[in-house]
Amino acid sequence: MTAPAPSLGRYVAAAAAAGGLVVQPRMGFGDPRHMRAGLVGTRDAAAVTVGTVTIDSYTRVGDPAGARRALAEGGALNGYPIVSHPAAVTRSLLRGVHGPGFPVQVRHGSSHPEAIIRALTAVGLDATEGGPVSYCLPYGRTPLRASVDAWARGCELLAELAPPPRVPHLETFGGCLLGQLCPPGLLVAVSLLEALFFVEHGIREVSLSYAQQTSPEQDREAVAALRRLAAEFLPPDVHRHIVLYTYMGVFPSSAAGADLLLRASARLAVRSGAQRLIVKTPAEAHRIPTVAENVRALESAAAAAEAEVRSPADRLEPDSEVYAQARTFVEAVLELGTGTGTGIGEALRSAFARGYLDVPYCLHPDNAGRSRSFIDDRGRLRWSRTGAMPVAPDLAPAGTTADLTSSQLLAALHTMARRFDLAAEAAAPTGTAGSARAAHRTRSGAPTRPTAPPRPTPSPRPIAPTRPTTRTSGPGAGSPAGVRPPLPGVFTPSRTTDDGSRDA
Amino acid sequence: MALAPARPAVLVTGTASDSHTWNLVLLQLFLEELGHPVSNLGACVTHELLVDGCRRHRPEVVVIGSVNGHGYRDGLAAVTLLRAEPDLAGMRVVVGGKLGVDGVRSLQDRGRLLAAGCDAVFDDGSLTALREFLAALPARVVTA
Repeated sequence: MTAPAPSLGRYVAAAAAAGGLVVQPRMGFGDPRHMRAGLVGTRDAAAVTVGTVTIDSYTRVGDPAGARRALAEGGALNGYPIVSHPAAVTRSLLRGVHGPGFPVQVRHGSSHPEAIIRALTAVGLDATEGGPVSYCLPYGRTPLRASVDAWARGCELLAELAPPPRVPHLETFGGCLLGQLCPPGLLVAVSLLEALFFVEHGIREVSLSYAQQTSPEQDREAVAALRRLAAEFLPPDVHRHIVLYTYMGVFPSSAAGADLLLRASARLAVRSGAQRLIVKTPAEAHRIPTVAENVRALESAAAAAEAEVRSPADRLEPDSEVYAQARTFVEAVLELGTGTGTGIGEALRSAFARGYLDVPYCLHPDNAGRSRSFIDDRGRLRWSRTGAMPVAPDLAPAGTTADLTSSQLLAALHTMARRFDLAAEAAAPTGTAGSARAAHRTRSGAPTRPTAPPRPTPSPRPIAPTRPTTRTSGPGAGSPAGVRPPLPGVFTPSRTTDDGSRDA
Repeated sequence: MALAPARPAVLVTGTASDSHTWNLVLLQLFLEELGHPVSNLGACVTHELLVDGCRRHRPEVVVIGSVNGHGYRDGLAAVTLLRAEPDLAGMRVVVGGKLGVDGVRSLQDRGRLLAAGCDAVFDDGSLTALREFLAALPARVVTA
């Protein structure tokens, strides 16, 4: 039996103290040998890493029998069915890999996390992620009230089943809602509120997530706002760090463009002061990535982070628009709980019922569905409609209505893919394959940026209205996931989440 | 009184294990712009909800979208289920998206879906093909 691993939070803090960014994949395989190979590959990568066991989507939706059937029939699963495999099998896949120098986090996406938490604590793991809102609204149809109750029990179970000296760790997924097109003020607020919820239910070590969006400037404001709100609202003895997610929306279709985006997220992590980065692989838009592809992404991100000079000035953000908006949301929610004798969970439920929190483009029955967002001409995410939320809408781009057409929405979903594919093309006019290798080369070579960081394309009307039925080529017409780019279809906008296949 | 051709009513739905919704949001907008009345069941649609949704909305076409890699498998289960309900026999059912975990189209899985009573499989994720399929359906003439 190996000695207990230090907690995920302490491991990340130690790396940060030494000046390193921790990088982590979003990896999961149904077969235990394959899962073990993934953890070994992650541990042995040329980077400071945390291992990931991402759970399959049958287990996530509470159908472990479905996962067992798929395994029995030899079908490939999109993640590791931790509830269906016997604990002994999971223990043996972790043996000698998970240890003092290599924490492993279980990622799942379930609104009913209890069975997963029992299974992970039974095999000696202590770290997982999610939240009552972020693992409910975008990903399914569990009533929010049921998710809040299940997550309260889940937090308490995690605290109970990983008693001292073990340190249970929970990461909020609230900063990643939707994957893309949700304005950062709401992401930061939900991330913070979920951390408060975890603490209320007995968790003393948390990480707060935020997913890279469409404007580096707005993203730095968001991470600074999240850090500041955490300091203002979390009890001082709650150990915490910030985890950044590489862009979770539609990824560039070229390998070089995808690598540029990945590296931009690593630089953002360093400049904004996030201590851990969840990477995305270029392959993810097309299929479940291999272990080797995950390792390449980890190493590419780590090299970009190492090459980025941390400037103290970048850490000092004044009161930003994102901070002000996030604080408004947080206060509106907390106020709903004041004097009621109920907790954050009930306040969150009530806030959604009243539309104080309203996730744009979210189909969940408990979401008001009256808010809409757009990307402005500087690349910043803004509100075109806010419904009953306590913030004012920004103006929609000239000549457009508040509601996007399908082709406008598609163009918005493709903003980053287009920007980084173009940047990669500009960097390597003779072909993208060479530039992917060139970008990767800096790991062993000179620590310089292969290209200037791509910037938002200035345009008076970033989301151009087009006729949806006539587009067969050009921006906004390709398959949104970057799958089989020559095809005009958009049946499948993206794997934008974290659900084993996904990530969200 | 005017006579207007009505595009067939469509029910958009995710599969039981798929939590993705951007594909469903886009499908709805796309189909509405083509003139179809659209109901959207959203993500993680259980078998019970799917049958219930079909009885409630009485769509002429059910569009099952999946991108999580379990689409062939979950789509087959959904089609088999719907085809076992005699009162829903007249509905067209199509499946599309990214249906396998490896990003490769499977002729065998496609064949299974069609054999189970699926009217079309768009496993190349093509909306153009979906539009053409819908355009070929007879329009009803209703009194406006």
